[in-house]
Amino acid sequence: MAFELVKRPMPSRLFAALSPLIAFTLTLLAGALLFQLQGVDPISGLYTYFIEPLTETWSLHELAIKAAPLILIAVGLALCYLSNNWNIGAEGQFILGGIVGSALPVLFPAFANSATLPTMLALGALGGACFALIPAYLKNRFNTNEILTSLMLVYVAQLLLDWLVRGPWRDPAGFGFPQTRAFGDFALLPAINDAAGRAHWGVAFAVIAALALWWLLRSTRTGFEIRVVGASPRAGAFAGFSEKRLTLFVFAVSGGLAGLAGIIEVSGTIGQLQPAISPGYGFTAIIVAFLGRLNPLGIVAAGTVLALTYLGGEAAQMSLGLSDKAVRVFQGLLLFFVLATDTLIHYQLRRSGDKHGA
Amino acid sequence: MSDAPSVPLLELEGLRKAFPGTLANDDVSLLIQPGEIHALLGENGAGKSTLVKMIYGVLRPDAGTIRWHGEPIELPSPRAARRRGVGMVFQHFSLFEALTAAENIALSLDDAPPMDTLTERARELSERYGLPLDPHAMVGDLSVGERQRIEIVRCLLQEPELLILDEPTSVLTPQEAEQLFKTLEQLRSDGKSILYISHRLNEVQRLCDNATVLRGGKVVGHCKPARESASSLATLMVGSELPEVSHDDAPESGAVLLEVRDLNRPAATPFSMALSNVNLEGKAGRILGIAGVAGNGQGELFEVLSGEALLQQPESIKLCGSLVGQQGINARRALGAAFVPEERLGHGAVPSMSLVDNTLLSRHRSDSAGLVGASGRIRRGKLRELTTHIIKTLDVRCSNEQQAAGALSGGNLQKFIIGRELDRKPRVMVVNQPTWGVDAGAALRIRNALVELARSGSAVVVISQDLEELLQISDDISVMHNGNLSAPMPAQQASPESLGLLMGGAEESRDQLAGEKH
Repeated sequence: MAFELVKRPMPSRLFAALSPLIAFTLTLLAGALLFQLQGVDPISGLYTYFIEPLTETWSLHELAIKAAPLILIAVGLALCYLSNNWNIGAEGQFILGGIVGSALPVLFPAFANSATLPTMLALGALGGACFALIPAYLKNRFNTNEILTSLMLVYVAQLLLDWLVRGPWRDPAGFGFPQTRAFGDFALLPAINDAAGRAHWGVAFAVIAALALWWLLRSTRTGFEIRVVGASPRAGAFAGFSEKRLTLFVFAVSGGLAGLAGIIEVSGTIGQLQPAISPGYGFTAIIVAFLGRLNPLGIVAAGTVLALTYLGGEAAQMSLGLSDKAVRVFQGLLLFFVLATDTLIHYQLRRSGDKHGA
Repeated sequence: MSDAPSVPLLELEGLRKAFPGTLANDDVSLLIQPGEIHALLGENGAGKSTLVKMIYGVLRPDAGTIRWHGEPIELPSPRAARRRGVGMVFQHFSLFEALTAAENIALSLDDAPPMDTLTERARELSERYGLPLDPHAMVGDLSVGERQRIEIVRCLLQEPELLILDEPTSVLTPQEAEQLFKTLEQLRSDGKSILYISHRLNEVQRLCDNATVLRGGKVVGHCKPARESASSLATLMVGSELPEVSHDDAPESGAVLLEVRDLNRPAATPFSMALSNVNLEGKAGRILGIAGVAGNGQGELFEVLSGEALLQQPESIKLCGSLVGQQGINARRALGAAFVPEERLGHGAVPSMSLVDNTLLSRHRSDSAGLVGASGRIRRGKLRELTTHIIKTLDVRCSNEQQAAGALSGGNLQKFIIGRELDRKPRVMVVNQPTWGVDAGAALRIRNALVELARSGSAVVVISQDLEELLQISDDISVMHNGNLSAPMPAQQASPESLGLLMGGAEESRDQLAGEKH
């Protein structure tokens, strides 16, 4: 028996709004089933995973620390995706931002004053933006597929970081560990409230970026340009918008934000460069962007939910003895259900050849 | 076979098809006898396409019966319809341009014989029915008329008893159309039935034995077209008598506001047309009509005039005194030009966006309306006001200004797009296919608005495939063929026949002579 997807004449607005919630609920149900199969009580499993991290102040701080990079990256990606530019390489742009921003405290540790941190942040954003402009340029110049080029550059960035921390940038006093010297105080992003938890000012950057891009998309000509070119490139040309210029712009913005997230992570959370500085934030942010319906405010909520899966994963690893791969499974399930519910908003499933539809 | 004359080939009874929001066909009944050319008449949106799709198995009726040789049948798919003996030539061809005619035919057959046999049979058929065709020719190199012949031959190869043709002459020159009529008459004398869909009344009168007229999804009459007058048929189709376009005398010669000199543009893709040595003048107060069969470079000319495609030589196009060959569309708008492209959805408007946003599409930099502040912030209030004003002025039927452009009917969206540009009172307006797929009422309104704009002192250039329209509104007419533009002739002196010859390429040799003189 064959099924086919038939376009709905009128997608329901109600279900369009509810679909992230439905997707999240389905993820919980599928998660419960997985806990059952692993021999863990589903109720206490879900509690450990999704509720417990919310019950204590210090873990709320951890939540904010993990949500901030996700939101920063995802709002930038939303610009790309809305304009039909498929930047999949935010992970690499994040890492490059971390590297370029760290160059200052690693290579010039003596340059330590109140200008250090702002310079690092600017360098990080610049590094991410330049790295993102590579796939954008290739797309404009040679019509290459930006999905492939941006993704492949992720591995370039990861290997570059690995080489730096094992080679030229390794801490001479670090007993051979693959890491740079620890940053000085002027190179560290301070915590908002040291007494309560680790959450640093990167959280504020995330909120500001989300609000700024929300305004950009909603109220400015640039936002209009992004939506027009994404919906219909020919109409964009009729409006006098340059598709190529826009491609450069959205890649630069999204790479810049990913790079900023990278240097914030290094200077705010880790305090030095090490072989891995991201638990896959750049890829998870793709899920965040879609779960947030490519709307910067929705992305703030979605980023918090996905941050929870990281925290829950750590908790489940410690108290339930689950593999750390469980995090990826949950994130994957969530993306799957988001895309599935989105599809069913616009299409209905029916048996092919069926006269009246299902 | 029960081919007795008393049993009709096809009988539709009470067919009904509803789409969400509209009843496309309501209680439609229709009889087609063997050996008959039957016309299906109706305006755009009258339900012709829906009805035909049900006969060809693309759509399934919600209610009603289809009888074939007197027996009720079900047509779950086009394949089933073809097996019964229904063939269809669509208005928009589905041919692969990079394959040969014979390869295209082989691809479309449900069980294709070996290539040699197929080529032979295609050749045989094309000779018998006067459809000259080279099976080995690459489709991309063929004219529209030739492509249509491939479509017809591939239908005939399936030996259909009923052949459906959807607006077949909309892409042909009058001479090519005449050739097609001969083929159809030959088919009729071989005992085949033809369902001929059109809104061109003179063709229907010339060719068809019987006609069924649809309006608003319902059958409003059956008649013998030969016994009716064109105006009685039109009244039946539209439901009321339409006033004529008011067209008073044009000023003799106004200032030249748009001037194109020796414009050349190489083809952008293997399947697009190069423009060679195009000259034209848009004069204040007058409408210049550009006729031609689709695909002869009109789209390419529009892109160059609008600035969506830039030229090597800035001096090729002069707009209100400035050389603009290398300036983009917004720079040209700022000089006072306005443009309406052929495609409404996805070019002139973004279907998923509201009318308010679509107003901004062509107006965000173009004029003093100040829709966008210096900081790039969109002034929503002003924009909404302007949109409602456009909607009111052109009588655009929509639920409100926030409705998505794609939800409007073709005619209403076109009125909106034209109104968006007219509202700026442009000094130069270039319109490509102003009334393509637009209902008669809206078409009349649009044509009147264009004449009015010209009479108020603007230069208007109208590119259209509809000769009748051009003869109605233009002051001068040029013909586009194969990327060349003929010298303009006064509209009073032009006739469908003389234009038809030019559309078929009769002027080319003269053009080349003129080119050598330079």
